[in-house]
Amino acid sequence: MRLSKRSAVLIATGVTGAMLLSACGGGGDDSGSGAGGGGSDGDGGTFSIMINEPENPLIPTNTAESEGHQVLSTLFTGLIEYSAEGEVQYTGVAESIESPDSTTWTVTLKDGWNFHDGTPVTAQSFVDAWNYGAYSPNAQQTSGFFSNIQGYADLQAPTDAAGNVTGDPVATEMSGLQVVDDLTFTVTLAAPFAQFPITVGYNAFYPLPEAFFEDPEAAGTLPIGNGPFQATEEFVPGQGFTVTRYDDYGGEEPAKAESVEFRVYADVSTGYTDLQAGNLDVLPDLPPDALASIEDEFGDRFLQAPSSGTQFLGYPTYDARFADPRVRQAFSMAFDRQAVADAIFAGAYEPADSYIAPVVEGHRPGICEYCELDVERANQLLDEAGFDRSQPIELWFDAGGGHDAWVEAIGNQFRENLGVEYTLRGDLEFAEYLPLLESGGVTGPFRLGWSMDYPSPQNYTEKLFGTTALPPGGSNYFFYSNPEFDALVQQANSAASNEEAIAGYQQAEDILLQDMPIIPVFFQVEQSAHSEAVSDVVIDVFGDIRVAEVTVN
Amino acid sequence: MGRYIARRLLLTIPVLIGASFLIFALVYALPGDPIRALGGDRPLAPAVVAQLRDEFNLNDPLWLQYVKYMGDLLQGDFGTDFRGRPVLDTVERTLPVTIRLTIVAIAFEAVIGIVAGVLAGIRRNGFLDNVVLVSSTLVVSIPILVLGFVAQFVFGLQFGWFPIAGIQEGWYSYLLPGLVLAAGSLAYVARLTRTSVAENLRADFVRTAKAKGLPRRTVVVRHTLRNSLIPVVTFIGADIGTLMGGAIVTETVFNLPGLGRAVFDAIQGQEGAVVVGIVTLMVFFFVFFNLAVDVLYAVLDPRIRYD
Repeated sequence: MRLSKRSAVLIATGVTGAMLLSACGGGGDDSGSGAGGGGSDGDGGTFSIMINEPENPLIPTNTAESEGHQVLSTLFTGLIEYSAEGEVQYTGVAESIESPDSTTWTVTLKDGWNFHDGTPVTAQSFVDAWNYGAYSPNAQQTSGFFSNIQGYADLQAPTDAAGNVTGDPVATEMSGLQVVDDLTFTVTLAAPFAQFPITVGYNAFYPLPEAFFEDPEAAGTLPIGNGPFQATEEFVPGQGFTVTRYDDYGGEEPAKAESVEFRVYADVSTGYTDLQAGNLDVLPDLPPDALASIEDEFGDRFLQAPSSGTQFLGYPTYDARFADPRVRQAFSMAFDRQAVADAIFAGAYEPADSYIAPVVEGHRPGICEYCELDVERANQLLDEAGFDRSQPIELWFDAGGGHDAWVEAIGNQFRENLGVEYTLRGDLEFAEYLPLLESGGVTGPFRLGWSMDYPSPQNYTEKLFGTTALPPGGSNYFFYSNPEFDALVQQANSAASNEEAIAGYQQAEDILLQDMPIIPVFFQVEQSAHSEAVSDVVIDVFGDIRVAEVTVN
Repeated sequence: MGRYIARRLLLTIPVLIGASFLIFALVYALPGDPIRALGGDRPLAPAVVAQLRDEFNLNDPLWLQYVKYMGDLLQGDFGTDFRGRPVLDTVERTLPVTIRLTIVAIAFEAVIGIVAGVLAGIRRNGFLDNVVLVSSTLVVSIPILVLGFVAQFVFGLQFGWFPIAGIQEGWYSYLLPGLVLAAGSLAYVARLTRTSVAENLRADFVRTAKAKGLPRRTVVVRHTLRNSLIPVVTFIGADIGTLMGGAIVTETVFNLPGLGRAVFDAIQGQEGAVVVGIVTLMVFFFVFFNLAVDVLYAVLDPRIRYD
């Protein structure tokens, strides 16, 4: 998943300061004069949007987090595009992506797409980019996305037992990628995957021009893409840059605005103040303390949209106390999700009622039987399982992410409803927390979040709970392994049609809904606000602002 | 004097080496795995982790990592962060921001602080003295975070006199953050100057100057102030060193991409090379400005000599 910056934002927010601001906030300084730059002169105009500092240079294959993704998605267009609701649209470079057996895929490109440097986008542009991303000496963060392509293993350098690199990979190109002609290439997967076309809109799969490979470092600050906007100045870390509309854009819909300034803020509270003063046009995330007054102040310029993000408490299924599914079901039923969301998040989260998130095709509302508060049944299940209530349970979360309050609230409900005491274990930073999860060292339910890379139920099933996703290298920190579940996922992966695949993933979800390897807690709601200087601001299911669609008034 | 300065400068070399090793060891001792944290919730591919650990010598013991780092350093290579960005680029980008902020803050601190201190000192227990006492106590007791947000809200948002954030408007952007940053020290400078001036005004040489019939202005400025400034200069000198280390809170509130934020981010990401590079630079600044203060003593007070 992509590391959501929401938690990082919380760390940086001086909570005192933010509270102070919202306390003073109500006053109607609503001058709303044009922001950013020249306003509406020329055609299209210009506007500004806040981002947090992208974690990496702006290289598609090295970007696995939300801020870099927001920038790159305006500079690049992949094989396919997603609608704001997450549906796959063939408005990208690909004419078609087809396969007779879900294993060998033939990708046909449209003619007439160019990179910003004038060179054409060809089959080679994709194949070279994907090989670059997969080749381990390049150390690209999205390398794992190519792991289901045949020959991926040959591009991974050998290591000894201690994890030291002991040589070069045996190949530099994946055998599964073959260029047929300028506008056609084939992708052979190591195992069938019916939803492969859904995945290739992600930024790891963007094409790269020849100029990139001559100097990847320079391309990290001045990316050459094929998207609706082009970078005409270098990205300055800590400050940002302005991108301008690319007039030779190959897509159907050119960008509305003439230029966009991506402005880096260290603290979302500062961005919010700038938005109030009219110095900033689009604020994609909001400081938590602004939520109380924001509707009064911004009216319909305050936006909310469901997002792919989830928050949950994972079970250490290897721990004897949580090995029995009845215990796991019981704790999931023992607290009121809505009450916690209302009390602590003021609408930024909604109660989770399934494993597959609502923004994905295949979501079934209310399917989770054990996600409803039912104290009586929870106690009954604990008794049946013989759970020892005299020992407190430990609730784990990572420090500094703003998770203290809601985990504690859930703990209180456990105490009240089940008579089980709890202790909070929230003092580890992420860098320490993850390795602990990975080594199977936690002793009680632990907090994690997940947001999708591509809108497929596979992303919420196999990628989290499959035996193939066990650490290291995978996100199955629950060490959940169920052959029946794996078989159903495999079946769905190799389904002949999308509908069949989705039905298959739902069957796999049914098993999770009984086994309960995690407690689904919240679905995240994206909240943004914008100035009066812009309209048509839309949040998509990835939590990104659809930058190319924004119009400047 | 020249030999004294040369000796002091030579002494900074062991200080810098010691400091850099200490910082290196501290970053090394931080718990957790920085490479693991790079990928967020999603684990990186195992071969990518191995590659990065290898590239940044993270599999070596502490002493070997340090030796390799120093070896590169002696060849002028300050290393890169885990994202491949050279440390020198980071310094080059953030240092000017911090220098400007420091200049503005020190200017406020020195000018307002000394003037207020002198005015309060020459009329001890007078009205101005009390105003300075109350206002400086007030400012010192408010945390800088609160001060920053209030200033931003009042002067940036309500009155619109200053930009709220960023450095787009050149030096003008630094005025408000500079004032906020200076506020605490400003109060100290005022109190320090006041006490010192008040004390010196009762000294024998001032009485003599008055008895000679010198104008009051000359007595205060030439005779009293010059002598009173020694503790103030010590404080301001040390403060420059501190401010050059970056002001994390002020930089974050006003969105200034300075050294403080850079080093804060680097510590969070356990970026050994970045932390050591920047902090060693800070140590150097601190040592340098302390030396400058010592030299200034001799200028202010001719009785002090370094031979």
